[in-house]
Amino acid sequence: MDGRLTAGTGATDATRPGARSLHRFANPGRFLRATGRLMPFLWAAAVLVLGFGLVWGLVLSPADWQQGETVRIMYVHVPMAWLAMGGYTGLAVLSVMSLIWRHPLADLTARELSPVGAAATALCLATGSLWGKPMWGTWWVWDARLTSVLVLFFLWLGHAALVRAFDDAERGARAGAILALVGIVNVPIVKFSVDWWNTLHQPASVTRLNAPGMHVDILYPLLVCALGFSLLFGAVVLARTRAAVMERRVRALQLARARREDAVA
Amino acid sequence: MTLHWWHITASYALVLGTFGALAVGAALRHRAAKRLLATLDPRGERA
Repeated sequence: MDGRLTAGTGATDATRPGARSLHRFANPGRFLRATGRLMPFLWAAAVLVLGFGLVWGLVLSPADWQQGETVRIMYVHVPMAWLAMGGYTGLAVLSVMSLIWRHPLADLTARELSPVGAAATALCLATGSLWGKPMWGTWWVWDARLTSVLVLFFLWLGHAALVRAFDDAERGARAGAILALVGIVNVPIVKFSVDWWNTLHQPASVTRLNAPGMHVDILYPLLVCALGFSLLFGAVVLARTRAAVMERRVRALQLARARREDAVA
Repeated sequence: MTLHWWHITASYALVLGTFGALAVGAALRHRAAKRLLATLDPRGERA
């Protein structure tokens, strides 16, 4: 547990209730035990909810009166867009935890999150292109929404590369955290780009507060798919973080063994 | 199959394939690390 002194108060970080609960899971053994119990339920929930949502979206939901069957791409495209933005917001929160509390698990989770976030953003762009070609007649336009999502993709990739670019993992984590916090400014730009500029991309329809943007026959399967993909995203990130915690322990044990053998020799 | 359905199939295949690969990759990494940990430190098996 981190017992760093808090300037001026004489209290330690670890004595504060928030910091105490935050640092409970800094213990790798405790983290692995707690998440080990959670993982089977998380995988099962992801598969069940996603399976149900995809069947609803692909088979049971009606075609759109204007877009026809192509509207079904929305059930994978929109969840990817939400995960790209929501995941990046999560990365920024982890970066704050890393920079302020030096939480070791926040560093590790951020490191494991960024490749998955980059994949979700790439999938958002790819499925958007596959949707755009039959609807707009083009795979790509440099409008504000598409361009800001492309910038988000480069931010994810930049984070993934930067945290792995240093021999000292802590320096890499700090550089990545700063990049993530600078890049968070792009998330509201992505969200509001369709309101601030004239774009080929349609304006917000699900999150519009003043009036429903789509019929419930399309909205409900979309929300179920979004929940399913969110559970899958969480399960993948948690599984990667668990693997990373174990790999770190393996490296420490191998180093200790090599030192023992050196001392004997 | 119409062109629209090709686009739908490609979208779903891309998303499910990528997430499937990420899930399998994470599971394989986890299994390899767990096996190594069990060899290096038998207490690691409890995790």
